[in-house]
Amino acid sequence: MIPKSNPNWWRSIFSISLLFLLGFSGIAQNSNGTYTEFSGYIGFDYRQFFNDGLYTGQKTSYPSFVVQPEFLHEWNNGDDRLKFIGFGRFDRDSRRTHFDVRELYYQKVKGNWELSIGLKKIFWGVTESVHLVDIINQTDFVESFDGEEKLGQPMVQFSYTTGIGTFDLFYLPYFRKRVFPGSRGRLRTPFIIGESDVAFESQAEETRPSFGARWSTYTGPFDIGLSYFSGTGREPFFRTVNNGDFQLFYGVIDQVGLDVQATTGPMLWKVETIVRKSDFQDMWAIAAGFEYSFYNIAESGLDIGVVAEYLHDDRGLLSFSSLDNDVFAGARFAFNDTQSTEFLVGGIFDLEKSTTLWSIEGSRRFGNSWKGEIEMRLFDNVDPREFLNFVREDSFLQISLNKYF
Amino acid sequence: MRRTILTLIGVAVAGFAMAQSPEEKGLEIAKAADKYDEGFGSSSTKLTMILTNKQGQESTRYMSNQTLELTTDGDKSLIVFNSPRDVKGTATLTYTHKEGSDDQWLYLPAVKRVKRISSDNKSGPFMGSEFAYEDLSSQEVEKYTYKFIKEEAINGVDTYVIERDPVDPKSGYARQLVWYNKENYRLEKMEFYDRKNALLKTLEYSNYNVYKEKHWRAGEMNMVNHQTGKKTKLIFEDYDFGLDLTADDFSQNSLRRASR
Repeated sequence: MIPKSNPNWWRSIFSISLLFLLGFSGIAQNSNGTYTEFSGYIGFDYRQFFNDGLYTGQKTSYPSFVVQPEFLHEWNNGDDRLKFIGFGRFDRDSRRTHFDVRELYYQKVKGNWELSIGLKKIFWGVTESVHLVDIINQTDFVESFDGEEKLGQPMVQFSYTTGIGTFDLFYLPYFRKRVFPGSRGRLRTPFIIGESDVAFESQAEETRPSFGARWSTYTGPFDIGLSYFSGTGREPFFRTVNNGDFQLFYGVIDQVGLDVQATTGPMLWKVETIVRKSDFQDMWAIAAGFEYSFYNIAESGLDIGVVAEYLHDDRGLLSFSSLDNDVFAGARFAFNDTQSTEFLVGGIFDLEKSTTLWSIEGSRRFGNSWKGEIEMRLFDNVDPREFLNFVREDSFLQISLNKYF
Repeated sequence: MRRTILTLIGVAVAGFAMAQSPEEKGLEIAKAADKYDEGFGSSSTKLTMILTNKQGQESTRYMSNQTLELTTDGDKSLIVFNSPRDVKGTATLTYTHKEGSDDQWLYLPAVKRVKRISSDNKSGPFMGSEFAYEDLSSQEVEKYTYKFIKEEAINGVDTYVIERDPVDPKSGYARQLVWYNKENYRLEKMEFYDRKNALLKTLEYSNYNVYKEKHWRAGEMNMVNHQTGKKTKLIFEDYDFGLDLTADDFSQNSLRRASR
């Protein structure tokens, strides 16, 4: 079984794979139907916060080192494969310094079915600003604030493709807790969430198994996914206990999700919605919007995509994301040049309160294997009633340089 | 008397054949070329793309491609990028249709996401190259209207020169000139004219090999953009026609797996 967040265990796997990555990066394809590849990246980030932190111990500048080694071995012409993706970050915040096995699984493929056993990452959904239906993996919250990064999830996955779509079944034997920043970290609550501040509804805690199922298909312009999840919810619930302290509570939930995209010419229509039931909180949420693209503007190769999405969460102020009645609007610029230069500029605007979140993300390749990235997040006029109020001073600019193998 | 009638019929047939319009002859050649390559079933190949800018600096990308032939509808294809390394594992799955828009999905390995994308981007550059998306998509007969121009000998081979106009208004071209080899209908050369009808690009095919007796595939394609001075060379290696791929190899699960 997976040892309970034992950093030394992760660290040793990690160092070994890093050695492999640096020493033996490369591909070996053999005529006997096997394929072996070491790849990955190492990188350096520098994150500068514009303001001093609200809480003691916080810094304003965070240099950081990141590494992601990957290994793939396929045999029987790819019908059997072993995949590994490790991840590690070294940061000024001891909690953000973390190691993870993003993927480590064996997969067997036969015609129209596949079976995967091990740690894996699964994505469900269609919208850009939030990922409501995506529930299999826990969010790697210290890695990225927007929830795009995920922790590896132990699973047995069976996938079966038929004429009426693909059916996926998941058995998830182990739950992984969300990790929150430490005392030196930014983008955190005033109190540090420690091991003892976490409670589970299930007596079995992390070992309570969860189950997932999804049917996905496409017909004409529509791509449709219908999903069901039963088990310990990935999103914690903040509550106060007797002595007035905050506690993170993971409840047992049932969730049904629907995601639909209609692709009509340059216009993509998207909707995701979930209904979640549990003994302590019922909720529903929706994200719906469109993405319209202008291609090859003035024969320059530039594409501009305009994205707008409406977000609603009926938990209101209790919602973890604070996206209870908001609109996301953004524009994506893809230059389609040799360096793959791209920008995404966007804002999330609260329709009832003053809160606005701005973000700019950009990337460009240098040479054949280096990539520079910039990311800026601004928290503007955060309403004191919202959860985001804790991080109102945490606007930052980050630059990254990664070397890919 | 009988001979006279036969002669008359002969003259009439000859006259009818001569009356075939350039449009009819162009379409006939395009159909014959399509027919000639029918029956390849499925194939896979490795691609090297060398981009050269105006200053002569080169950058190289590696990809692999799988194609499944369909006769009732357009072909299915899967392209996987292996380099540049930051986009390694990015893959596209395309279901071409003889009429209407193609269906296309993109797999982003970093976020494990399969995303249906618009296939409206015809004229935009493919991976920063001088090839537009429409230059690399499956060349279905129905996607153009045709006109026979002339016969010509180029590079020591006899060719038919056909003008073809894209049916899709989103195409970046007013017209294209295509040189078909008279013997086996393989393409020898193409010229692309932009929306203003000015010569934009020339594509030359070379290093042909024949597979399964009649399926000709170029080992090299050289595209030169006359307006920007940039060039892109595509090198095709390790063609394999013996994999017997099926529709199962072109599903969304296959797209995820192809991304290695």
